Formats: sequence, C-alpha cells, structure tokens
Amino acid sequence: MKTVIIDYGAGNIKSIQFALKRLGFDAVLSNNPTEIFLADKVIFPGVGEASSAMNMLRASQLDALIPNLKQPVLGICLGMQLMCNSTEEGNTKGLGIFDVNVKRFSNDVKVPQMGWNTVANLKSTLFHGIKDDEYMYLVHSYYAELCIDTISETEYGLIFSSALQKGNFYAVQFHPEKSSMAGEQLLKNFLEL
Amino acid sequence: MLTKRIIPCLDIKNGRTVKGVNFINLRDAGDPVELAKQYAEKGADELVFLDISATLEGRKTILNMVLKVAEQVNIPFTVGGGISSVEDVDLLLKNGADKVSINSSAIKRPELINELSSKFGNQCIVVAIDAKQIEGQWKVHLAGGSIPTDLDLFEWAKEVEERGAGEILFTSMNNDGTKEGFANEALAKLSSDLNIPIIASGGAGTMQHFVDAFQLGRADAALAASVFHFGEIEIKNLKVELKNNNIEVRL
Repeated sequence: MKTVIIDYGAGNIKSIQFALKRLGFDAVLSNNPTEIFLADKVIFPGVGEASSAMNMLRASQLDALIPNLKQPVLGICLGMQLMCNSTEEGNTKGLGIFDVNVKRFSNDVKVPQMGWNTVANLKSTLFHGIKDDEYMYLVHSYYAELCIDTISETEYGLIFSSALQKGNFYAVQFHPEKSSMAGEQLLKNFLEL
Repeated sequence: MLTKRIIPCLDIKNGRTVKGVNFINLRDAGDPVELAKQYAEKGADELVFLDISATLEGRKTILNMVLKVAEQVNIPFTVGGGISSVEDVDLLLKNGADKVSINSSAIKRPELINELSSKFGNQCIVVAIDAKQIEGQWKVHLAGGSIPTDLDLFEWAKEVEERGAGEILFTSMNNDGTKEGFANEALAKLSSDLNIPIIASGGAGTMQHFVDAFQLGRADAALAASVFHFGEIEIKNLKVELKNNNIEVRL
C-alpha cells in the first residue's frame, strides 16, 4: 500500500509522517500530481494561512487534482478547511468538496481554540474503536459549520463540524498525529479503509 | 468542552535534561525523549522544552532532540530558549516542533512577533513573559528574570497579542520557585484583558495551587517543572483533583 502526504509547503507535516511510522506504516511526502493520483491513500495536511495555502496548491496544480481523487483522502486541520466551499480567512475560495463554509470564531471565546476538546455524535468508520466524547487536540481560529457531511461535532462557543465525510473524502479539524492514542487509532482506521 | 491543560516543562542543556528528575523505571533521566514519552503516558497535555544551553555548540543539539521527540511522542510540544530569528523558528518547526516560544528577542525587537506569526501562523507562536511585581507595578524582566525593563506586564501582553502571538506564557518571578501558588490576580487580569490563551507559570507547590490558577486566575493552562519531575504531584492525581473541583480536564 502506498500512502502519500501532500507536501505543498504548508506547515509541519513531518509529525504526520512520524505518527504513521509509529503505527508501522510508511508514507512519502510529495507534491507530484502523478504520484498523488496513483497512491492508495492520500493525506492532505496544512497549517498556516488559507489564502497562501490555496495559492501554493494552485502553483502545484493540485487544486484541480484533489477533488477528483477516487482513493480515500484525509484532510487535516487547514487541509479540511480548504476542502470546503470557502473560508473567511483571507476570503478564500476552497476546493468545494464539502458543501459548507468556514467561519471565524467570534470573540466571545478565546481565539485560537487551543488544546483538547471532545468529539461527539461520531458517525463514520473513521471513528471505529473511538468512544463518543473522546478528547482530540485542536488548534484553530476558523471552523466548518454543521452540515449533512458532519461526522463529528465539537463545542466551542457554538457547535461545529470537527470531522466531515463525503464518499472517499474524509476530513478532521483536530490533529490526530498529536492526539495521543485516540488520534493514532483514527489514523490507523483511515489507513485500513 | 475545551479542557484546561497541564504542561510539564523540561530544561535542556546541550541536548540533555538538567535538574534532577526522580522517576522510577527511567533508564536515563537525562534523556529528554524518554522523559517526554513518560509524561505523555502519564497524561500530560503538552510539553515545553526550554533550551538553556550557553554555547552555540550546545544549542545545535536542540534540533536533533526536537526531531527525536517528534518521532516518538504523540502529544504537542513547544520549544523555547535562544530563539531570535525567522530562520531559527523555521528550523525548529521543520524538525517537528509544534510551537516555539520567544521571550527576550521579542522585547528587543517586537516586530519579530509579526514576522513569525505572518510566516508560520499565530497558532505556533508563544510569547513568554517573565514579570515581577515591584511596588505594586508588574514589570517585564529580561534574561530569565534578572534584568528589569520599563515595560508594564499588561501593556506588553496587549501589544504581544496585537502583534499576532497565539498564546502567552506568563511567569511570575515573585512566585517562581516559592511553591506557594501562582500569581492568580495578575493571571485573571491578563485573561480578561486578552483574547488569546494564557499559560500560568511559577509557584506550583500543591494540587490546590492548580485549582486556584484555573478558578481564580482563569488560566487556560498551567506549567510546572519540579513538582512533576520529583513526583511530588502525579499528573493523573492532579487531573482527578481538578475534575473533582469541576474543572474540565482530559482524563
């Protein structure tokens, strides 16, 4: 099995590769469209700012490729947000895989949300073996609203989508690679899809 | 609900942990990687590594340590100490650090905060502030708290937030090392003045001190070193105690 972590210059992606390695899975970092197209599993990470991340995707012509992938794809953090219709961060148009918009938290709560919060109403095989109200590690200022693709909900001032799924596309707002054993279980579930 | 975080802090010199660490079943108490793994298993929510190496040679060892921690530890960690440029941060993040903490370099050149947060995102930029209350005034100090500045803690904290810090690590020099509790009044003021998370540091001695830092000081996270390293407080027990006080924690 070949797993590719999309490397388009956005953030610390080594941590994901290390987490997979701890689980006994090798993954390669790549921004090569052919290599990504041919992979069995694709992980789409990202930290940083949305509009510059989208520009980097366009520069590697990955904006057209990603929505057309047929194998399981897992977006993480900013990766998840870019898979949505649009994000308020830099008024950025996203890849439109999930028909939902990404908004900024209001100042009624501290922004960014930083730390461990619970995931609830879990609805996908991605969460196999993970109990409702399990803790995951999140760091973000923007959130995806609830929608028909929501497979996990988290509360921070309001209830938002902490995970989404539509067909072969999976996405999580939290960092499974930093979420202790529960996060490792989720990565394992994805790799065993 | 978002939980309050418990953060052990490890001092690193020439790539090794300093200060005694009193863990059983630890093959090498000086190995930061092994200590970090143990803390992750004991329920720490994050880790902070503070590089106190005095020499350039010593500092270089930190990158290798960061890489090893990233390989083996499944919770987030912050690296601080001697960071003064975009290049320093780039290297630390590339080697797997989740966040970096800057202190004196931000005071010397506040624009550094803007540069770092716009390049790497505010989520990974922690600004550490050491302050001491002198005649009722909280004054920011440099170089591990030894050199006073004219900066007022609350004004500086506000500026730090506006320049794009994602989090503030506030150490009270009056409380640090006393084991008599955190500086809860100052913490509470920071928490109400600012809209970014505040990490409390300095003064932890008992479990009640952590309860107070969260309830009176309204801190988002609490950091301590010796009470954890010497096993005076077990993280699991601490979290149970916090939970019993209706403080949300990850158990």
